[in-house]
Amino acid sequence: MSLMILDKGALASLVNALTADYRVVGPQAKGSQFAFGPITDPAQLRLDYNTTILPPKKVLQPPRERLATFTMQGEPRVEPVVETDPTVLLGVHTCDIHAIRLLDKVFSQEYPDAHYLTRREQTIIVGLECLEPCDEDSFCKSMGTLTADEGYDLHLTDLGPAYAVDVATEAGEQLLSRYSAAREAADSDVRRMNEVLSAKWPRFTYRLDFEAAELPALLSTAYDHPHWDELGERCLACGSCTNVCPTCYCFNVFDEVNMALTEGERRRRWDSCQLDEFARVAGGENFREARSARQRHRFMRKGKYIYEKFGDLGCVGCGRCIRTCVASISIVEGFNIIHSTAVGGSGQ
Amino acid sequence: MTTSIYTPEMARLVDVEQMTELEKLFTIELPGGRDLGHEPGQFMMVSVLGVGEAPVSITSSPSRSNGSFELCVRRVGDVTNALHRSQPGDLVGVRGPFGHGFPIEKMRGKDLLFAPGGLGLAPLRSLINQVLDERGSFGRVIILYGAKRPQELLFRDELEEWVNSPDVDCRITVDRGDETWVGHVGVITTLFPDVSVNPRNTVAVTCGPPIMYRFVLMELLGKGIPETQIYLSLERRMKCGVGKCGHCQINSLYCCQDGPVFAYAQIKGFEEAM
Repeated sequence: MSLMILDKGALASLVNALTADYRVVGPQAKGSQFAFGPITDPAQLRLDYNTTILPPKKVLQPPRERLATFTMQGEPRVEPVVETDPTVLLGVHTCDIHAIRLLDKVFSQEYPDAHYLTRREQTIIVGLECLEPCDEDSFCKSMGTLTADEGYDLHLTDLGPAYAVDVATEAGEQLLSRYSAAREAADSDVRRMNEVLSAKWPRFTYRLDFEAAELPALLSTAYDHPHWDELGERCLACGSCTNVCPTCYCFNVFDEVNMALTEGERRRRWDSCQLDEFARVAGGENFREARSARQRHRFMRKGKYIYEKFGDLGCVGCGRCIRTCVASISIVEGFNIIHSTAVGGSGQ
Repeated sequence: MTTSIYTPEMARLVDVEQMTELEKLFTIELPGGRDLGHEPGQFMMVSVLGVGEAPVSITSSPSRSNGSFELCVRRVGDVTNALHRSQPGDLVGVRGPFGHGFPIEKMRGKDLLFAPGGLGLAPLRSLINQVLDERGSFGRVIILYGAKRPQELLFRDELEEWVNSPDVDCRITVDRGDETWVGHVGVITTLFPDVSVNPRNTVAVTCGPPIMYRFVLMELLGKGIPETQIYLSLERRMKCGVGKCGHCQINSLYCCQDGPVFAYAQIKGFEEAM
C-alpha cells in the first residue's frame, strides 16, 4: 500500500502505546537464546534476535488450548470455547511469515478451524526483514523464504537510524497512523532500502544442492532410500523437531476433568508424528511403528505431502529442527543426501 | 454465538444391544429426530465427555434411518469402554458424518462381492442393507464373512436372513469352530475358491483387521476383478475427523477426508495403506 519511515527512537513509544490496547508478543532474550513472549516493556523487545526457540506459531496455535468446556452432571452439556486476545505479533522473520501463510491455508481450507482463525483475525503481524543469516543451520535462501511479499500487516526493514515500514494492509495502516508518527518515505529512503535489500543477499548462502522446487519430485522417487534407515537408527523419537517447526500443526485432543468429576475441558495440544503412539489405534496396530518410517514421514511432509495438498513446501528453511536435534539430524543434509544418491522407489 | 467444528452435539442413546462379548450395537437419535444424512461407509466422531473422542463407522443404512442411526462398537480403548458403560437414555457426543463413503452410484447394475472380516462387517452392513433395500438396481449380491470364532459373529439375525434369502449368496466361516458350529471352518480366503464371479461386472468391497487385506486382495485380483472395482474401508487413529490433526495420514492421504473408503487402484502405490 505504502512505504513509511519510523525513526528507531520512536519505536519504544510505539510499543508502549500498543501494550495499552493489545497483547504484544515479540522476540526477547531467554538465557543465551531468544523466544517470542509477551512484551510489557519496550526494553524487552529484541529486534536484533537471530532466531527463536519456538516459532511464532505458538501465538496462533498455542501448545495447549481449550476447545470446549463441558458439564458431566445430570444431562451432559458441551460449549465451544474460542480463546483469543487482540494481539500484535512483532518482529516476525520472513521464514516464519511464510510458515504462518501455510498455517492460514491449513486451518481455513475445507473445514475452517474457528480456534485458529479467530485468533489469526485478531492478530496483527509486524514482520522484520532479515539482513544477516541466523546461523549456519538456517537455509532460508534455498527455500525461497529470505524475503516475503505478503503475509504481514506491516513489515520492517532496518535502515540504520530508522525502519522502513511496508504497510501492507488496512489494519497495519490504522495501527501505524494511530500509534506512531511515521512519515512517508522519500525517494532517498526508497533508494536506501533497495541498497540494504540488495546488500543482504550475498550474506546468505544456498545450502540445498538443488532447487527446492525439485523436492516433491525428488521425494517421489525416494520412498525406499536407505537414508531413512540411517535416520531411524539415530532418531530418539523425542518430537523436538516437530515442536520447533513453524509449519508443524498436528495436534492431539484430550479431556481434563475436575476432582469432583462434574465438569471439564476438552483441550488440544501439539502432537508429533515422531512419537511412537502417534499412528497407533486402540486395538494395538501401529501404522507407523519404525522410527525410520516416522522420520521419512516428516521429510515427506516437509518436502512433498504438504506441497501436494496446499501448494507450498512444508519447510521454510528456518533451521530450528536442526538446532534442536540431540541426534544431529539435519533436514537440509538429508535432502542433499537423497538428491546425490537418488535410488528410486515410490511410496506416493 | 461461537461455533467450532470440534464441538460435539449431544445425542440420545435410545437402544443398546450386547452383540458379542466385546461388541455392542448403539442406536442414537439426533436432537429433534433429525436425519443424519450419511452415506454408507462414512464415520462419526463419538465423545464420552470426560473421557475423549474416537472415530466409529456408521453401521446403519441411510435407507433404514427411522430418525436414528446405529454404531457397532468394540470395547478396546478408553472411549469405547466408557461408551459400553452407557445406558439407553444417556447422552453421547457426536460429530459427523465425515469422510468419503462407498461409491454406490458406480455399483448400480453391477454384481457385488462383500468380504468383511470380523468387525469389518460394521461399515459394510450399512452398504449391504442399502443395496438390499434397492435390490433391483444391483446384480448378484455375494457376502463372504469371516470371524475368528462362532461367538464373535455380528448381526446374527441379519446373517441368517441373508443366508436364507434367495437374493443373496451369503457364506460364513470361522477360523476356529466349537462343538455347536456346523458351518465352514477356515480363514476368510477359504470361502473364495467355491465362488465364481464375472470379474468385469463385479465390484468388491472389503474391510477387516489389517492383516486380512493383502490376502483378500490376492483372492479378488486372482478372480480378475479390476483394481478400480475393489473398495477397502481403512481404520486409523483420528483426533479431528476433518483433515487437520494429522494422525490418520496414509502417506499423503488423509484417511478421514480422502477415505476411509478407498479404491485399491487409488491406494496401491501408498505403502502405508496396509
